[in-house]
Formats: sequence, structure tokens, C-alpha cells
Amino acid sequence: MSQITPVFKREFLGYFRSPVAYVFLVVFLVASVGLAFFVGQFFRANQASLESYFVFHPWLFLFLIPAVGMRLWSEEKRSGTIELLFTLPLTTLEAVLGKFLAAWTFLALAILLSFPMAITVGYLGQPDWGVIASGYLGSILMAGAYLGVCSLTSALTKNQVVSFVLSVLACLVLVFLGWSVFNSALSAVLPVWAVDLVANFSFVTHFDSFTKGIIDPKDVAFFLSLTGFTLFLNVVALER
Amino acid sequence: MIEVKGLVKNYGSKRAVDNVSFTVNRGDILGFLGPNGAGKSTTMKMLTGFLRPTAGTALVNGHDVTRDPVAVKRQLGYLPESAPAYGEMTVAEFLAFIAETRGYRARSEKLARVNRALDLTQLQSVRTQTIETLSKGYKQRVGFAQALLHDPAVLVLDEPTDGLDPNQKNEVRTLIKKMAAEKAVVLSTHILEEVEALCTRVIIISQGKVVADETPEALHARQPGARLDSIFRSLTQSDR
Repeated sequence: MSQITPVFKREFLGYFRSPVAYVFLVVFLVASVGLAFFVGQFFRANQASLESYFVFHPWLFLFLIPAVGMRLWSEEKRSGTIELLFTLPLTTLEAVLGKFLAAWTFLALAILLSFPMAITVGYLGQPDWGVIASGYLGSILMAGAYLGVCSLTSALTKNQVVSFVLSVLACLVLVFLGWSVFNSALSAVLPVWAVDLVANFSFVTHFDSFTKGIIDPKDVAFFLSLTGFTLFLNVVALER
Repeated sequence: MIEVKGLVKNYGSKRAVDNVSFTVNRGDILGFLGPNGAGKSTTMKMLTGFLRPTAGTALVNGHDVTRDPVAVKRQLGYLPESAPAYGEMTVAEFLAFIAETRGYRARSEKLARVNRALDLTQLQSVRTQTIETLSKGYKQRVGFAQALLHDPAVLVLDEPTDGLDPNQKNEVRTLIKKMAAEKAVVLSTHILEEVEALCTRVIIISQGKVVADETPEALHARQPGARLDSIFRSLTQSDR
């Protein structure tokens, strides 16, 4: 497992060797903070909380995480460096984990760079710091699950556009299953337990409680197991 | 040092490599010849553990590539066709990454390895340039440096002189000859003069099958007085 380190290092620094990192960080911060201010009514809500910041994350991630994840394996396949990588003395699992952890760390950095929002809230009122911390934790865990899905679709093709579209679609399904509008439409035809069952497979359902300050082991387990499962399929897809 | 036993590779219903066997000993430079699409690269990819053979196996220093691919990859230096590399990295960064995955983690040791590889391939002058800005000849040498970095016992080179000018070709051949004494070298090429200049043994492969495995002299003796390319043509003409 020590072979994860060089792969991680190369991948993580790779974001900063190209414009990808800077473009992504700026777009992510402008979009996430902009949504909180202009759509989420950050000030008018008159509450010392970041709920109006976190509530948009499932939708924002839908487009921004595939943008990071699409190149993970597609790029290696297109440029032929995958042949180089897999003739170095490392296992497929080590390569998958190294690249995934690098991208996840990068996403966590993007999320945490919104810290001036938290400082603003702290300056203007008395926020519950526990709720803010659990919001960040939930957001980072959810980003990992999104990224797992994107890494998997990226391993299936050498075309980045195909990879992007596939991952947006897969993530869209995982968001929609728990979207309140979709669920209330569903409850007209299905019994309540069936709607709950469907909603349980959604990012939104499991993320909501984090934004309210509740860290439920079930939700943590959902995100971690979805991440683990997609990464397992990722290894299988590459070893095929 | 290399023992290839009955390698077979099927792509769907097409058999790309059909029961290829050969051995290479220390001090040998084996030239792998054949028309484009004959299965040279596929055989090399199986030997280096990048592709899983449909049947058969290869042993490198006693390690079985189908059972313990990581051990085989440790013994090998491999230059894939068209020398893929991470274009956004500088030459020195890229080689440092290779050094780390090859287990040279200590700073001084890593630097010594990188410098030695840069010296051998005469790349010191471009060490701080990003790889994507290099000309084809330099890129090829970066691929070479990467394969030589850990001073492997076995070198597998897929078209090492492809895209080089005559002077560079000569340098690469001198380098291969200089190192060959204590290594086993397999190189593929479709330049016949290269085989005469360099190789101690020749394997000609046509439609996935070995059609000749002998010294260049023995190959010449097949049709006394004939040029090597006409012998090559008569051995591989079943392709047309």
C-alpha cells in the first residue's frame, strides 16, 4: 500500500501544474457562494448558519464533480500513460486509491476554502459551530461518493465527454431519488414504505441530516459504502 | 532471464498472438521483427504484465507474470510504443515520480537516480522543461530514461528508435549495446538495418506466429546473397 503515496502526490500536484485547479477552485467558490447569497437568501434568512450554503451542494456537485472526475482514467487511457502506470510495480487497487484520494483531497480543499462564509457568520451572530462542522463533514463525504461514481465511469471510456455525460446521468439518478418534488409525485402511486426505500438510495436524503447538525452513522455508512463499492467496480473495470 | 511460454492473446474472435515462445539470456539483444499488426506490441504488453494473456505465460528472472505481475514489473524496464509520459510535468519531476514508484524515496537517492538517467540519455539540458513542449526525439529519450532509471536486469523496448533522426538513432543503439552485456534486451522494430547493427538474435513474427528465431547470420544464410528485406518479405508475405 506504500505505493499509493507517489501516485497520490503526482495526481494531486498535477491539478496545480495545469490551469484545471485554478479554474475549478474559482468556479466552485463563485457558484457555491453565489447560490447561497442570491438564491439561498443568505442575509435575508437572518440566521447565523450555513444551511443556505450547504443546501445547494447536491446540485452543484452534480456538474462540478464529474468535471474533476472525468479525466481521472479517461485521460490516462487517451494519452497512453495508463500503459506506463500499469507497468510500474504497483497494483490496480493502489493506483485507483492513489488517484481517488488525490481528487478527493482536492475537492475537500475546494469545499473548505469557503471558510470566509463561516467567519462571516461567526462575526455577525452566534452560530452553532457543531452544525457548521457537520455540514462540512457531510459535504466532503458526499463529494467522495460522487467522485467514486465519476471515477468508475471515467474508467469505462477513453473519451472525456462520454465520461462526463455518463457520470452526470448516474449522479442525477442518485440525486433525483431523494428530491422532495420527485418523492411527492412518487407517493401518489406508491405506498409510503416504498417511497422511503427509494429515497434511501439518494445523496439528498443522507446529506440533509448533516446540514442540520446530525451525524448519523447510517448516513456516514451510506456515503462510505457507496464510495467503496464504486471504487471496487473501478478496479474490476480496469483489470478487465 | 526471460522465458516466454506459449503466449496467446485473443481479441474477440481474432487471434492477435498465437502460441509465441522464446527465451532471452543475459547479454542477448533480441530483435522482434514483423509487419505492422503482426502482434509484436501485444506480445510485449503481455510480457510486461500490462495485458493479461488468454493462455500461456512469461517468466522474468523466475517470476511468473500471470501469478506475480508486480514482481515482474520490478525487474523490468519498459519503453511503451511512442513513449507516453505525463505532459504537464517537467522531465525532472516525471523521472522523480518514476524513482519514487521504483522505491527510491530518500531525497539524495532519488536525485542520484534521476541524474544518472538524465546523464545516460543526455537530457540534462531540458530537465526543467515540461514534457509536452519537447520534440519527438526528446520525448522518446524521456521514455528511455524512465525505463533505465532503476538499472533493470531486463529491458523491453517497443520501437525505441521510432521518430529519431539518424544521429539520435545511432546514440540510442550505442547506449543499448553498452548496457546489453549485463542485461537481457528485447526490442521491436521494423527497421531491418537496425537488426543487423544491433541484435544478437532475431525473431520474425507474422500474423501472431513466430516464423523465424535465429541469429542475423543464420537469417542471411537462408538466401545467400539476398538482402535482409527480401528474406523478411518472403517470410511474412502470407500477410498479403
